[in-house]
This record gives sequence, C-alpha cells and structure tokens, in this order.
Amino acid sequence: MFRFIAFRLIGALAVLWVVSVVTFVLFQLGPALSHTSPVYYYIGRVPFPKGSLQLKLLEHRFGFDLPLWEQYGHFMKGILLGQNISDGVSAPIHCSAPCFGYSFRQNELVGTLLLRAAPVSISLCIGAALMWLVGGVTVGTISALRPGSIGDRIGMIGSLAAVSLPIFFTGPLMLLVFEYKLGWLNDPQYVSVFHDPIGWVKSLILPWICLAFLFAALYARLTRSNMLEVMGEDYIRTARAKGLDRRTVVVKHGLRAALTPIVTIFGIDIGTLIGSTVITETVFNLRGLGYLSIHSISTQDLPVIMGVTLVAAVALVLSNVIVDILYSVIDPRVSR
Amino acid sequence: MSLTGGELEAATAIDVGGDVAAIEGRSLLAIAWRRLKADKLAMAGGVVVILLVLIAAFANVLQRIYGQSYLDQHNAGSSQLLDPLTSMPKGAFGGVSSTHWLGITPVLGQDVLSLLLFGARTSLLIAVSATILALVLGVTLGLAAGYYGGWIDMIISRAMDVLLSFPVLLMSISLLTVLSIYSSSDKLRYLVIIFVLGFFPPGFPYIGRIVRGQVLSLREKEFVEASRSLGASNLWIMRKEIAPNLVGPILVYTTLTIPTNILGEAGLSFLGVGVQPPTPSWGQMLSDAGKYFQIDPTYLVLPGLAIFISVLAFNLLGDGLRDALDPKSGR
Repeated sequence: MFRFIAFRLIGALAVLWVVSVVTFVLFQLGPALSHTSPVYYYIGRVPFPKGSLQLKLLEHRFGFDLPLWEQYGHFMKGILLGQNISDGVSAPIHCSAPCFGYSFRQNELVGTLLLRAAPVSISLCIGAALMWLVGGVTVGTISALRPGSIGDRIGMIGSLAAVSLPIFFTGPLMLLVFEYKLGWLNDPQYVSVFHDPIGWVKSLILPWICLAFLFAALYARLTRSNMLEVMGEDYIRTARAKGLDRRTVVVKHGLRAALTPIVTIFGIDIGTLIGSTVITETVFNLRGLGYLSIHSISTQDLPVIMGVTLVAAVALVLSNVIVDILYSVIDPRVSR
Repeated sequence: MSLTGGELEAATAIDVGGDVAAIEGRSLLAIAWRRLKADKLAMAGGVVVILLVLIAAFANVLQRIYGQSYLDQHNAGSSQLLDPLTSMPKGAFGGVSSTHWLGITPVLGQDVLSLLLFGARTSLLIAVSATILALVLGVTLGLAAGYYGGWIDMIISRAMDVLLSFPVLLMSISLLTVLSIYSSSDKLRYLVIIFVLGFFPPGFPYIGRIVRGQVLSLREKEFVEASRSLGASNLWIMRKEIAPNLVGPILVYTTLTIPTNILGEAGLSFLGVGVQPPTPSWGQMLSDAGKYFQIDPTYLVLPGLAIFISVLAFNLLGDGLRDALDPKSGR
C-alpha cells in the first residue's frame, strides 16, 4: 500500500515536471517565432529600439540573455523557493514560494491573481459537480430499473441530447430566458459564499445548471450500464430471495457496487474541470481561472498564462492521484 | 452504406467462429447492419449525417441556387436591411425575408443561411480530419503497444498517460494564440486546430487505450497462434489477423469522436482562437450572436441548432452502432 502511494506520487511529480517543461517551451515559442524581444510578453511593450543597449540591459535584468535551460531553472526555483522581484525603480517585492512571477500588465503578483480567481472556479465546479452527480445517478438508476420502458428511453435519448448541447449555446439561451425575458435574475455578480450565501447561489445557479446538464448526461448513461450489470449479479438475486424490500436491494446492494467506478470518473472530472471552465466563465462573465487565462492569453501576459496552466495541471494530476489512492482503498487488488 | 465487404466478412467471422456458423454463416457486420436497420433513431441519425455531408460537400452549389453569399455585406448606412441607428436587422426574426430566408447578421449584414451552409463545411472538414488523425495515431500506436508489449508498450502507455493529465484546453488555446502571433495563414491554422483536436485527449490517447486493450486479448487467441505457427510475420499478423477484428470498435469510436470534435472546433472558434473570419464557422457565429442575443435571438438560435442537430445525429448513429456491434446485446 505504502509502496503503491509512493510510486503514484513519484509518477505524478514526473508528469508535473513534463507539463512544466512543455508549458515553458511552448511559451518561449511566441517570442522566438515572431522575432519580438521577450520583454514584450512581460511588460506589454518594447520600450527601446531593437538592438539598443537599453533593451539588452532590460533583457539582461529579466534574464532573457541566459540559455533556455537556465531560464527554466530560475522559473522553477521561483516556484519552489520564492524570489525577489524588482522593476529596477521601486524597492523589490518579496514573492514567497510558490512564486509564479509578477504580471507587469496587471501590476500584481501572479499568485495574488490566481488566489483571487480560484474561489470562483472552485465554487463553479463544486456546485455543478453536486448537481450532475445527484441528477445523473438518479436518472441512470431509474432508467436501469426498467430497461426498455418509456421512462428509460426518454432518459437515455434526453441524455444523448444533453451532451450534444454546447454551453456557449445553452448559456446565452438561459440568460435570455431567465434574466431578460422572465426577469428572475438581475445580472447577479459573484460574491463570496462566506459574505452572502444567497447571492452566491444566485450568481452561480445558471452556470451550474449549464455545466451540470452536460456532465449529468454522461453520468446517467454510465450509471445505467453499471446498474444493469450489477442488478444481474447473483448476490442481488440472493438479496431479493431472502425477502429484502426492493428499495434496500437497489440502494444498498445495487447502487453501492454500481457507483464505485463512477467515483473514479467523478474525481478526475472535477480535476479536469477546474482548468477548463474557460467557456462557461466567458459566457457568464465570471472572473475565475478560465477568465484569467483567456484574458491573459489575449493580452499576451506570459507569466499569468504559465501560472494558470501549471495550476490547472496540478489540480488534474492531484485529482488523479487522490482517485487512485481512494480506489486502492476500496479495491485492494489495484495496489498489488 | 455497404458493410458487407468480402474481406471484412471473412476476417470478422473468425472472431466469433461458432456463433456465425449457427446463424447461417452471416458475418458480424451483416448482423450489425440488420440490427442497425431496426433501430429507428440510429437510422434517423444516419440520414441526417448523410445530409450534412452532402450540404458540406455541395455548399457552393447550394449557395448558387439560393442566390445569396455570406461574402456580400450590407452596411447600416446604405442598405435598407439594417436599422441605421442600431445596425440591427430590420423585420421579424432577425430580418427573415424572401431573399434572406434565415435573416441577416447584425452590423455586417451577412446572409445567415449562407454562413450556416459554409459553417457546415468548416465544421465537418476539421472534425473529420481530426478524427482521422486520432485514428491513425491511436490504431498504430495502440496496436504496437498491445502486440509487442514490453518496453514499447511501456513508452507508449506512459506517453498517453502524460497526455491525459495535460490541461489540454489551456494548452490548445495558448498554442493557437502563439500561432496567430507568428502567422496569419489560414491553412496553417486549420492544420494546428486539427492537430490540437486529434492529438490531445479525447483524441488519440483514447482510441490508443481502447485498441491496446483489444489487442492484448486478441494476440493470445488461437487463430493468431495458428497464423504464427504457419510462419506469418508480425506485420502480417497485425495487418491480416488482428486489425480486421478492430473494425467494430473503431467504427463506433469514429462516429462518437466526430461530434466531440465538432463541439471542440466550435468551442475554439467561440473563444476566438479557432477558425478566423471571413471563413464561416458555427462557433464563431455563436460568439458574435452572444453580443446581440437580447435584441436578435434568432441569430443565436440558428447556429446553436445547427451544432445541436449535427452533434446529436452523430451521437445517435454512434450509439446505435455500438448496440448493433455489441455481441452481448440481445436486440
């Protein structure tokens, strides 16, 4: 067991290392391909003419004259140990680990920007996840109990239709109906759950529904096929034969076994989602990680893009590891 | 659509040996075709898919018959079609008229039907190409990993694992942004979108895993052993003995990956990093419509429905195919 966890953690670190290298190299491509000074991607302009001494000095201060691997080394050192950041005029700022650098475009530490955006994305993911888990499993179970019935057909065709609806269509449609036509919501802005729980729900209810719709469909289909398989097992017949009522058999014996693989997928989906709510946040104008990434990509704010990508990778890899470890607890055969 | 090619028939018959003989020597694909024909929803999906392919292929012919082109713009100053103050199309439902059947777009005044027709071409071209890329990579690498095992399997599987834990959406957006700094070439952009959709999950790593799993069990089968004992080379066995057995899963995977890629392309174009104007794309239309949907909801609904109908059609067909090809399903 301990060996298994250790191996998984080493594997996860290796993956993160690969991601960090690929991200770093990818973003060096921009300056290299466009023959612009990398200074541009840090401060948003090239203040001195090409080839001038001032520009060279500026590049030297940011370390762009160093070989690529040394720049990568500095970047990673900053993340692991923290660093002092200076613009050469005002007093240097200490940026403690994990330090993703400083966004000269937004005049803030990348870490601060990430910390401000993360709660929005996390709220979005958690609420949606709860909705789709409950909704999907319920629909799937009902479908599986009477396979081939009208309810089953409607549930399954409905879920196929739901996965075919992109958020950038359902989102504006819901805004149109619930905000502008019916006037139930009045363009709510995101507030922290600790300040105003009702406002929090109001600001997130539409994005939750849109996101949950998409995933609930997949979970319904998965639950249905797992349930169908489990309900055909011998121990279910035994449970029925000994006279347990249908409800107990379905919930305690059937659902428990059918849900195990779903837990795995659930964990990974949440991990993936935290870095991929870009479209939802764009549609509903939420200032989360997705918005931060698309905003910094369009202004070519390199340090922020790198920070968001790495945070998304960490969320994804961590959720994979947690799921693997949980799974090995549920099913000890895995870790052998 | 004829699924009963002689080669496939012979090859797939091997897999289910006994069963096939019992039902008058019908091949697995022939059985699947019979089951599929009985599945009304899947057939409806299939018909829509064929229609879509025809629309995409003959978009220019259809446009000539229809008589309006998305390249003709109307501006609010000189045209009677747009409101001079708001630049919104005049008339009901976004300016629906006998010349512009589905109305015109706000501000630029492009014909919506023409945009939709060519949007279908963009969408299918990218989705199908990306699926082909995923298939070629996935089948080749999955076959190699499953058949040879050992360190080859180790390297390929690990590489796919790493890809599966990449924040792919952010990577794709960044890659496409870096590209637009470098070049404004349309062809290059198409290629990169296809690469991003086919290479990143859910693209080749998924099909690679599926194929690998199938091959792992197939290579231990008696007919492979028989072939080997007759002196067949590894390449021969992979091509002639194992690959034909993968036709079923690959067919299902293909029909289910195309809709994912349609959504993927639309999403990237919605975010502004996909296909660039003037090339029409459904995602781009939705992104544009998002600015005006309170005043002109028709413009939002039309491209949305186009995406929904095409994706649903492929999904219905793929779902039906999976049921039809599954030997366990009793229908």
